[in-house]
Formats: sequence, C-alpha cells, structure tokens
Amino acid sequence: MMKRWQFSKRLLPLLAGLVLLLSACGREDLSTLNPQGSIAQSQFDLMKLSIGIMTGVVVIVFGLSVYVLVRYRRKPGDKSIPKQVEGSHKLEIIWTVIPIILLIILAVPTLKYVFAFAEDYSKDENAVKVKVTAHQYWWEFEYPEYKIRTAQDLVIPFGKKIAVELSTKDVLHSFWIPSLAGKMDTNRIDSLDKGNKNKMYFDAPEENVYRGKCAELCGPSHAYMDFKVKSVNQETFNAWVKEMQAPAKPFTGDAAVAEVFKQSCLSCHAVENEPKTAPNLKGIGSREAVAGILLNRERASESLDQAKIEDHLRKWIKETDDIKPGNKMGVIKLEDNEIDQIVDYLANYKLDSLEQINNGIPNVEE
Amino acid sequence: MAHTAHTVKRYTGIMDWLTTVDHKKIGILYLLAGGLFFGIGGIEAILIRIQLIKPLNDLVSEQAFNELITMHGTTMIFLGVMPIIFALMNAIVPLQIGARDVAFPFLNSLGFWTFLFGGLLLNLSWIVGDVPDAGWTSYVPLADTTYSPHHGVDFYTIGLQISGLGTLLGGINFLVTIINMRAPGMTYMRMPMFTWAAFITSALILFAFPAITVGLILLMFDRLFSGNFFNVALGGNPVLWQHIFWIFGHPEVYILILPAFGIISDVLSTFARKRLFGYSSMVFATILIGFLGFMVWAHHMFTVGLGPVANALFSIATMLIAVPTGIKIFNWIFTLWGGSIKFTAANLYAIGFIPTFVMGGVTGVMLASAPANFQFHDTYFVVAHFHYVIVGGLVLGLFSGLHFWWPKMFGRTLYEGLGKATFWMFFIGFQLTFFVQHFLGLIGMPRRVATYLPNQGFDTMNMISTVGAIMMGIGTLMFLWNIFITSRQPKNAANDPWEDGRTLEWTIPSPPPEYNFKQTPLVRGYDAWWKEKMDGNKEMTPAEPLGSIHMPSPTILPFFMSVGLFIAGFGFMYGRDPFDNAILGFLFNNYIVSIIGLGITFGCMFLRSVYDDPGYHIEVEELEDKGGRA
Repeated sequence: MMKRWQFSKRLLPLLAGLVLLLSACGREDLSTLNPQGSIAQSQFDLMKLSIGIMTGVVVIVFGLSVYVLVRYRRKPGDKSIPKQVEGSHKLEIIWTVIPIILLIILAVPTLKYVFAFAEDYSKDENAVKVKVTAHQYWWEFEYPEYKIRTAQDLVIPFGKKIAVELSTKDVLHSFWIPSLAGKMDTNRIDSLDKGNKNKMYFDAPEENVYRGKCAELCGPSHAYMDFKVKSVNQETFNAWVKEMQAPAKPFTGDAAVAEVFKQSCLSCHAVENEPKTAPNLKGIGSREAVAGILLNRERASESLDQAKIEDHLRKWIKETDDIKPGNKMGVIKLEDNEIDQIVDYLANYKLDSLEQINNGIPNVEE
Repeated sequence: MAHTAHTVKRYTGIMDWLTTVDHKKIGILYLLAGGLFFGIGGIEAILIRIQLIKPLNDLVSEQAFNELITMHGTTMIFLGVMPIIFALMNAIVPLQIGARDVAFPFLNSLGFWTFLFGGLLLNLSWIVGDVPDAGWTSYVPLADTTYSPHHGVDFYTIGLQISGLGTLLGGINFLVTIINMRAPGMTYMRMPMFTWAAFITSALILFAFPAITVGLILLMFDRLFSGNFFNVALGGNPVLWQHIFWIFGHPEVYILILPAFGIISDVLSTFARKRLFGYSSMVFATILIGFLGFMVWAHHMFTVGLGPVANALFSIATMLIAVPTGIKIFNWIFTLWGGSIKFTAANLYAIGFIPTFVMGGVTGVMLASAPANFQFHDTYFVVAHFHYVIVGGLVLGLFSGLHFWWPKMFGRTLYEGLGKATFWMFFIGFQLTFFVQHFLGLIGMPRRVATYLPNQGFDTMNMISTVGAIMMGIGTLMFLWNIFITSRQPKNAANDPWEDGRTLEWTIPSPPPEYNFKQTPLVRGYDAWWKEKMDGNKEMTPAEPLGSIHMPSPTILPFFMSVGLFIAGFGFMYGRDPFDNAILGFLFNNYIVSIIGLGITFGCMFLRSVYDDPGYHIEVEELEDKGGRA
C-alpha cells in the first residue's frame, strides 16, 4: 500500500498541471493554447494531435510501470530467483511497430503544414506586405506598398493575409506572435541585400490587440523586446495608412524646444516615413506601449490611459538605461521644461484612425 | 611491504592524486571536480529561479541574468554532468570488462587535467568579471566582439577548447579500452549495458567534439584575431555557427543520455534479480540512437529559415529516434516484469527515471514536428523538455549509478534511508520545477528572459517552479550530507554488497586493489558473475596463472601539460589588450605568456617522448601478501 501512496504522490504534480491546463489556457492575446489566427489554429491542431498521441503513450508507460512495481516488488526475506527471460521477439516487434504507426499519424499533418506554412504571399495582390526589421531592442515595420514606416505597433487589417519579410540590423532576434503564428528568426542581410531573408505569413480574424515577443536571446534587454499587433477593419486600416502618409504633426511647444527636439530627438528618430536608426515616432500617442514594454493599457478591452502615456514617456526619457539596459538611446540631457513640452507633444500625437480601437474593444475575452 | 623492487616511486598524499594514472583514482578526481562544477551550476540555477520567482523582480541585473544562464548551461553540460559520467566510466568500465586499467593511463590522466584546467579557466571569468553572456549556444553575432565586447565569450571559447580536448582524449581512450582490453570470453555481445553505453558514447564524442572544436576555433579567430568567418559584411555567415554548434550539440545530448541508459539497465536488472530483457535489441537500439543522433541537428534550427524541404526531412529523422528509445523503455519495464524488485535508493532513482524520461521523450517528439515547433521553439516548453531529458534522465541516472557503485568506488555504502529521502526530495522538486514550465512556454513565455510583466498568467507557475528548484537544491545538499556521514564509517563493503550483482565489478574487493584483478577472469557468458553464482561458484574462473602484474608509472607531466594550456589560453585572450603596467603589457602583447604556456605543454610532451617509461611490476609475493583485500 505504501508504494501505491508514493506513486500517487508522484502523480500529484502531473494532476496539478492538468488542473492548471484546464483552468487557464492563457491570455487570448498571448497564448498558443488560445489561438486566434489561422496559422496558430493549425499549429494548435497539430499540438493537440501530438499531445493526444503522447498522452496515450505516457498513460500506457505509467500504467505498466505502476502495475509492475506493485505486482513484482520483493517481499521481505524473499530469496527466490525469478525466471531469467532473454526477451520476446513478438513483444519487441509490437513495441517497434506501434510507435512507427503513431509517428506516421503525426508525420502526415506535419509534412502538410511544413509546406503550407512555407507558402509565399509576398507577390499576392490581396496580401498586405510588411518588412519587419529587428533592432536591439525594438521592431521596425515598413509597408513598402504604402511607403510608410512605423515601430512597435504593427497595424494590420483583419481577415487579410499579412506577408512578412524578416531581417535584423544587429544580432539575431525572433519574431513571435503566439496567438497568431509561430516564430521565425530574423537573420542578418549584407549591404547588397543578400542573406537568409525569411518570409512568413499570418492573419487575424477580428479586431483585437495581440502581444508579440522576441524569442531569441539578443542581449540584456531581450525580455523587454515586446511589440503589439493591432488588427483593425479594412476602412480603419485604409484611414490609418492615409494618416501615416500625411505630413507629420508640427511640434506644439516653443520654438526653442522645437529646435531641441529636432537636434536631440530627430537626429535618430523620425516623425516622417524616412528610415532612421531609432523607432519612428509618428502617432506615438496612439501606441499600446512606450518602448514596447511600458504598457499604456493592460488589455484591449480597456482604453489607452493618457496619464500612463505621459508618465511612461517621461520615465523613458529620464531612465532609459534602467528600463532597457543596453539600448542605443542613452539618457539625453534635457531641461525639465523641455521634457514637459516634448512629452506633451508626443503623448498627444494621436492618429484619429486608431481612436476607436484605442478606446477599448468591447466583448473581447480575457 | 614485502617487496621493494619497484623501479618507480609510488607517491602518497596530494602528490599521489596529482600524479596518479590509476583509472579508479582518476574516476574519483572526475567525481570531485564534476561535483564542484555541478554545485556551481546548481547555485547559478537557484539564482535564476529566485530572479524569476515573481514578475519584474530585480535580484540580479539583466546582464548578470544572461551571464547566469550562459554559465549555468555551459557549466552543467561540459563541466558538471560530463565529468560525472566520466567518473563512472573510469571507475566501472575497466572493471566490467575485466581489465586492469584503461588502454592509455597517461592519456586518461591528461584528459582529466585538461578538463579541469579548461573548466577552471571558464569559471575564472566570474572572478575576472567578464563573464560569457551569449547563452550556452553563443550564437553570433551576439557572441562577436561588436555585441559582446568584453572577454566573457573568450573565456567560453578557450575554456571549452581546453576542456573539450580532455573529453576527446577520454573518448578515444575508452574506445580503445573497450575494443582491446576485454577479458577472455568477454565478447561484444556479452558486455554489460553500461559498458556498451560507454562505448557508443565514446564513439559519439570522437565524431562530435571535433565539430565544436572547429567552431570554437573559428569563433576565437573572429574574436581575438579579427577573423570574419561569421561577419556578414565581409561574406561570413552566422547560420554557419548554428550548424557547427548543433552538429556537435545534438550528438552531445546522446553523449549525455546514453550512459544514463546504461546505468539504468544495470541497476534495474540487478535489483529485479532478472536478466535485462531484450539485451541484443537494447544494444542495437543504443547504436541506432547514436547513429540517428548525427542526422537530426537541424531540428534545433527549424525557425532559422532553412526552407520546407530541410524542415520536413529533419522532422521525420527526429521522429525516428523515438522508435529505438521506445524499445528501450519497454525493455526496461519488461525487465522488471516478473522480477523480484528491491526498492533500494539506487533503484528508486532508476525507476523514477522511466516515467520522467518518457515525459522528456514525448515532448521531444512533439518538438520534432516543425510546424508546431514554430510555437514551441525558444520558449519555456523547450526548457522543460530538455531538463526532463537531462535532469530527469541523466541526473537521476547519475544519482542511481552513484548510489549503486559507491561501495565499489569507496568501500562504503551510502545510507539507504537518507538516500531514499533524498530521492523523494529531489524527484518531487524536479517535477514541480519543470512540469509547469511546459505550460509557461505554451501560454507565451519565451526562454532566457530576465524577467516578465505581471498579468500574463505566468506568476503562479513561476513561483511553483522556483519552490521546486529550491527543493532540488535541498536534495543535492542531502546527498552531500550522505557522502559526509558515510565517509566517517568503516570501509566494510563486501565484494558484492547488493548481493544480486551480475557483472564482473562485483567479483573483486570494494574498493578494488590498484591492479583490479589478481588474475584476469574467464568470462563464460552474459552477466558473467551472475552465471558463476547460478552455477554455484564462489568466484570467477581465472583465465591466467598468478603472475607479476605490469603497472603504469605515476607521472606529473599531464598536470603540467594542462597548466601550460591554461597559461597559454590566458595569453591569447589578453594578447591585444592595453595594459597600464609596462611589464604585463610587454609579456601579453608580444604573446610571450602564450609562448611560455605552450612551451610548458610541448616541453612536457617532449620529455614524455624521449624518456622511456617502462612502468613497474607488482610481483606475485606482494599479491599474495595482500591477500584478498588491497
């Protein structure tokens, strides 16, 4: 009986885990177990199949082990010598053939999806093309068809294929939106634009904000290299593209501070669509987070918190190295009143097209 | 001592340990050094887990966290578990095949000392303050001088080259030993499973370690001598490093797990009092796993963008490994089936191994499916998977082997009660730590993150995981305590302390005399000692008359050869650094330090070549004088 109790103790963590699994599949905007896009859905189907097969294997092995250990334990003082069995061809063939069959069941959909996910939508007229460039520690999103460029918040129309081309400017990163699609590495491209440029595609089914992460160790701030995917309806997306193409909102503060902003900020950042070494600031007051990690709202059902936006911008300007150690910005020496005006300008640099989604999406599950 | 006709001095005390070429003592040295590094790696693991106990914790900085994960992985793999595997291989394999020592005792000693000095060099990075921080995989460009400008990764490349040399020497030595030194009658298909596992592992080392050595040399050239092997701007390719690393890295996991398979096979059959079920299929499965292990490296690279054809092929190849592994699992269960199972501490670890390893195996098959791998890759799911295999598989196997062979190595049996308590503490701690990590990965937590935001559903499971890790730490301390209190007991272990021993190591005293077998035994079948016992014999039939035994001389040269490499490593690392001190600058910048170091190494090799070392003999009178015990 003792052994039986010890075995149930051994199963406890497993049961605890199963309970956790059943009670929470994670956040809808983050978990691979709560898939939203069609790619993540196929991946989840494959996972369910493999988990199913493998649970069967585990149950059989555990069951046999428990049976054997209970049934054949040595009684005290037992000196008998069990029969010395060499093996059994019949049994050995069984446990060679059955795994092969199970593996074939898993291999067929594996092969199907390997090729399905590798399909190239970069020439498809109906797909939205996005060039994703990873930097230590932020994401640049360029829309070559519309000649616009943004950072950290990837805005997409739902229901459409998004054809992504990936590369990095520095170390390797990996582009991952768990609830929409599995990850893909960003490789280095040389000056002639040659190299292992990766392509992938995904889609989102409805209006929502999904969390994306960097999945390849890229330095001290690897953990902080988050981004968001905002999926909006086609009209909103079109309006957003128009707004992004329009000239930037002029600086709202004093002329003197405008000059400081130009010298200190726009030397690396841009408010227009030109490529720069630092994240594009156009419409930063409408973004989900400052620096990707200081969240302006916890979930898409809430509305963006203006106080948080201002607070986070100020914090980022003052303590950038504490928030993302190793980032390229560094602390910029600015007077308090200069910071106030710059924060005021950036926090209020809104994009009207995103107002609705930024006010919170009703009926979004947690 | 009745006889004093030794041509060579036998040392005592510390000099004995520095000069020994006896495989049993080298085994103990490997165990001590491996245990030390295992402890360091364990402390790093606990710090990692405490950092992750709650969201946005700031126990350590992000940079320090990356240093901890890099050193934890590197230390555990290369300096913790591999040396402990070598400890058991050294201590047991020659005994299992009825040999008096390994084929090349000098190389054996050299292998140990190069491993130790390589490992010390790597860990000195903590004292110098420049710690490797690019992950144990050290992917470029993160590991090149642009993104990791301090000397951390140099400690990694040079330390691992030196210690890898030791591993390669050890692997070659065991291959030759097992091929050439088997006692009469010990055919390949009569070798104990642990010996078979050591044999295949050594073969894997022979083919895998040159790959990592080449990779480390390329990375070292990029970092220290302005090479451009991985520099995209000048035509290099970072993906090349990933290929080289994993061509080594995947066989490496089989280098680690096969010896555990061997240990488990020997322990289970001993404590079930039953012949290993399906011995020949076990041997075949081991060989097949070793072979397939070289065919699957790119499954670590599914997200790199190798294209659908490569991903498809490597998916299928990887899944195939499940077949021989499954054969092993069922053979173990059917070894127990119909047996008479005694639950010793060693056997508890072996039994705990089976379900735990199966868990690691099935998640391995899940990972093999490339499209699903896009979701699993680089998340905590992978962390859970490989810890199930390496800790739940290998480390449980090592604990089992250590409890099992401790009396043979040291003449004292570890406390059984405490050993069992240790097992439960470690085993439950292990399951708590790593089971939840599968789900952390699936709900979106990437690996190697220094912290995480709240409200993502990660908090509770990380807490559970940390509690489990602390329990594993306590378990390890309990094991050390067991060693300590056992060492205060008299050396009274019998030849065959478990009474159900099946193989040759249980026919000789515990610990064995320096020459192991007074007379080489004649092997009459598989499970040689069991067969004799069943035939009613009290000892093995000798295969030779009692005669004088030729022994290798102790030597300090391997120690100094390794010291030389250690010095040369430092010299190369700092060869281009500016120094305030003019003398230091002169010595380092002109590579004089490296030349001195290499001079010591090559000088020792020269001495070894020109001075003939005939060894010495232990004469018959001395053998008889010592009687049964050494």
